[in-house]
Amino acid sequence: MNAAVARAIERDPQALPRATALLVAVVVLWPMLVLAEFKPWALFEAGNLRVMRDFLVGFLPPVTSAEFLGLLLKATLQTLAMATAGIALALLLAVPLAFVMTESLSVSRIGPGRGRVLGRALRAAARWLLLALRAVPELVWALVLVRALGLGPGAGVLAIAITYGGMLGKVYAEILESSDTRPARALLEAGSGRVAALLYGLLPGAAQELASYTVYRWECAVRASVVMGFVGAGGLGQLMDQSMKMLNGGEASTILLMFLLLVLLADFLSASLRRLLA
Amino acid sequence: MNTGELSASERATAAAPCITCVWVSLALLAAVVASFVGLGIDYSGLFSADSLRSMGRFVAEFFPPDLSAAFVKKTAWAALQTLAVSALGTLLAVLLGAALALPAAGRFGSAARHATRLLLNLLRGVPELVWAALMVLAAGLGPFAGALALALHTSGVLGRLFSEALENTPRDAERALLDAGSGAAAAFAYGALPMVLPQWMSYTLYRWEMNIRMAAVLGFVGAGGLGQMLYYHLSLFQQAQASTVLIAMFALVVVVDGASARLRRGLAPAYA
Repeated sequence: MNAAVARAIERDPQALPRATALLVAVVVLWPMLVLAEFKPWALFEAGNLRVMRDFLVGFLPPVTSAEFLGLLLKATLQTLAMATAGIALALLLAVPLAFVMTESLSVSRIGPGRGRVLGRALRAAARWLLLALRAVPELVWALVLVRALGLGPGAGVLAIAITYGGMLGKVYAEILESSDTRPARALLEAGSGRVAALLYGLLPGAAQELASYTVYRWECAVRASVVMGFVGAGGLGQLMDQSMKMLNGGEASTILLMFLLLVLLADFLSASLRRLLA
Repeated sequence: MNTGELSASERATAAAPCITCVWVSLALLAAVVASFVGLGIDYSGLFSADSLRSMGRFVAEFFPPDLSAAFVKKTAWAALQTLAVSALGTLLAVLLGAALALPAAGRFGSAARHATRLLLNLLRGVPELVWAALMVLAAGLGPFAGALALALHTSGVLGRLFSEALENTPRDAERALLDAGSGAAAAFAYGALPMVLPQWMSYTLYRWEMNIRMAAVLGFVGAGGLGQMLYYHLSLFQQAQASTVLIAMFALVVVVDGASARLRRGLAPAYA
């Protein structure tokens, strides 16, 4: 080890671990960049720049004709309805499964008893079911369900319900586990039922977190409507698809502004629900 | 909440039913009912023998999956590409998100704070698929466009979460360094960053979990990886091949979920 390195280590005891971490990061990063075809200079090629510029120039001004705004309003309402219905159905899936999966609500876990193995098996089964629900993208679910329900919002709503049910269930269980579980445990040990332990032991501490995550998922479901445009489910996705295909930037930017408004609406909802549950 | 010393009147207010809660619950319920009625979905098709058979036939076509060595190899390569796209997209988002989090947390004044927040909301509000369609125009077809699209959307989400973590962190250590004469950058790196880093890491891993799923879908607009293969084989009605791709997606999600959950366990809890 030469003198300079020795001096650096003397100044910073973390120098060697830091250098190792940097080296490992570079070794991992390199194949990743190659695989993802990381070519930032492609952004500045004359041809691409021109296409992008022409397209973006078309974005201004946003279309504000009464006819298009009417279409936009109808599509927005449809998207909101799809997201709301999808999340409502997703809750039907997620809440019971999260309830089953939450380990701190397990009665059999507390003492030696016969239910222990069965309880663990049930939790594992719920975990795998949730994983299977959310591992397949909503688009694929939608394509399968279109066979049964035909083109229209039905397949989209169910697809959102299935995937988001899987995600909500998992995150609900994680939130419940990471909040303070001692009240629930005390209740269970004193002989209360599981539902009471959830309502009085876990929910008071976790309600805010659960509500804001649910609203966030609703916001994601609104955005997922873009994916649902693929299965003819209508809404903002289909409108966006049409505008993009015709390279009508003015319409596209109006739709994007609507998405921005919806995000602000979701933020507002989330903040007010949190305040209500505080 | 402190319930130790409550007067009788305080206990009475605490026990009163929350009227606002009732109204909010009713409003939410009304919104759900209105949604179902407004959409007018006919779910009877889901249970009719005819459509069940048609759905069953469609699902049955996916079996058995195409497990020939050549195709499995191709799928594995695409899965690696999807993994790389999701990781690179998340990494770029962390860099951009961290850069935007500083002004968004009010470090450079109130005007910069509001402007950055609006920018973050715009980045987040535009769906990944739309970003992908734009990036395909800007960077050409291929996985790099997908990584950029993920990065743009995710930086909106992460920038906001990062700035909230930064705002909620006590600034005593940073102030002490500043008062002792250190530069602003050094004070941030040694006084503030170590406090928020575990939470930032946790948020990042969490977003990576979501991005791996999204990276798989982005292929549908020509961003490479598993999604592009799935789109290709589904549109040619080659269900056996599509089934292999779906299995690969499932495996990828299982691996990333497991890895991220294990890594996050040691960090602060985070729910974006």
